[in-house]
Amino acid sequence: MNDKTPRNSFNAVAAQERCRAFRRRILDISQQVSALHIGSAYSCTEIVDCIYYGLMKRDEQGNSIDTFLMSKGHGCMIQYVILEDLGVLTRQELDRYCTADGILGCHPDYGNPGIEASTGSLGHGLSMAVGMAYVAKVNRDTGTVYCVLSDGEVQEGSTWEATMMASSFGVSNLVAFIDNNDFQSLGRTSETHPSFYPLREKYEAFGWECAEVDGHDSQAVFDAVTARNGDKPLMVICTTTKGRGVSYMENVPIWHYRSPSPEEYQQAVEELAGALA
Amino acid sequence: MRNVFSETLYECATQDPSIYIVVADISPAGSMGKFRDEYPERFLNVGVAEQSMIGICAGLALKGAQPFAYTIATFSLYRPFEMVRDDLCYQNLPVTVVGMGTSVVYSTLGGTHHTQEDVAIASAIPNMQILAPCDPLEMHLSTLHCAKQKAGPMYLKLGKAGEPVLTKNAEDPFEFGKLRYIRKGTDTCILCYGPIMTMALEIADKLTAQGESVSLISAHTVKPLDRDGVTQALKDHKRVLVIEENAPHGGLGSRVKEIAWDTGANCDLKCFALKDEFIHYYGSYEGLLEAHGLSTDRILATLQET
Repeated sequence: MNDKTPRNSFNAVAAQERCRAFRRRILDISQQVSALHIGSAYSCTEIVDCIYYGLMKRDEQGNSIDTFLMSKGHGCMIQYVILEDLGVLTRQELDRYCTADGILGCHPDYGNPGIEASTGSLGHGLSMAVGMAYVAKVNRDTGTVYCVLSDGEVQEGSTWEATMMASSFGVSNLVAFIDNNDFQSLGRTSETHPSFYPLREKYEAFGWECAEVDGHDSQAVFDAVTARNGDKPLMVICTTTKGRGVSYMENVPIWHYRSPSPEEYQQAVEELAGALA
Repeated sequence: MRNVFSETLYECATQDPSIYIVVADISPAGSMGKFRDEYPERFLNVGVAEQSMIGICAGLALKGAQPFAYTIATFSLYRPFEMVRDDLCYQNLPVTVVGMGTSVVYSTLGGTHHTQEDVAIASAIPNMQILAPCDPLEMHLSTLHCAKQKAGPMYLKLGKAGEPVLTKNAEDPFEFGKLRYIRKGTDTCILCYGPIMTMALEIADKLTAQGESVSLISAHTVKPLDRDGVTQALKDHKRVLVIEENAPHGGLGSRVKEIAWDTGANCDLKCFALKDEFIHYYGSYEGLLEAHGLSTDRILATLQET
């Protein structure tokens, strides 16, 4: 694919095709390992795809002045397969995912190609993103820092510290996304933590610009970012479905960390193929 | 020491635009105020939000800056411990975590404001380096080192204000990673680091007055410890004393004992540290050290008993 579509001419149909292929690639990798965070990756597939292919500015060689930080590190399979598609990671590196002779584990490691920070423990990414955006601002760099958070990690106090500091420091070059799939290990967040909501008002009260979109609508994600005022950090609250794209995974917590059996794999292949039909 | 740190860091910042300081609601007294006024873009106050302080420092360093995180030790190392471990040490970033008022310096503030285990805790994390200067001169040199080094994260132990100068006529120059002989002798060797060096010096004086030839060493680089230097000190002296304001396990004393065992040292080795206790004492710093069993007289008495 290697679609380096320039910014502001996002092709949502191409995005849909890419996302289908990325889900299929993750599904294939799932058959190499005993478990992986498949539901979490499917939940933010369109968001991460939109960041890499629509929002991040690239030069002719494919290098970007922008930064992407996967704060919900457990969702990194989608980042890995995108980096493979972009030629930053090799097929062999993906084939060796979670093996003794590989370099890629279940969470992104700083130092690996295309990985800007080590994440995995929740509640760390947004502070690092604030620091990165702050330096860029001081240095008058034009780069934007993009950061994807899980809704679960927005429960971390450290995330709220960073939330307060981002707007206090005026890092308007920070764009964050909440993969708001309403699921965590012990059930629906809306049932276990009703006071977690509303999110938009909370972020606006903390001095952020906010948008709420369907996180599986690539065009809507893209438009929310490109239409922003840009004088504050932006939080895009993305309503998503955990395990999106495979019926038996959707909204079923066990698919947070599990590999499909051969039969389940076959069903998922067929469902993903049918997604474009 | 605190003022020397601020002054030195300010000087470094005037030369090097990559130096940032991220504080957590700490009063910008003295040169820290100058830093804030002259380089407001590089003086960040996160408020009472220490986890974010460390994460932001990591983000700054990931983009090429040389940040210092600065607040009272318990809030710079303990409160954001996982950020120190994951964001700084795991990613091996050149961020200096300054622990102000380390150990039990803030005697009247109680146990919530003490870091009597900080060396043990910081030592346990891979990639973490530890510098614990013993006087204002070493503080100056340590800060210069922290401002330039790119090896990885550093925990810089800071005492308070008003420590005396002890190393003006030291035998050895300050060199990161090397034991520094302040005095050189042949009978007894005292290994020490940080502000309690004042007590170590007093003990050295008294032993000298009793006719002993005494070495006094500043082990300012607690990690990585100068293993060869310790091995040699164990060989060269009949008796070695370790004096430190740290929990009895996991500090310099523990390390020296490990090295002594590994190298088959046969000198007399005695370690003096804080007790493995929270002591509810609200008098002076010296009084709290004494409650932990650390005073010149107590240590000398112990030496005489054995």
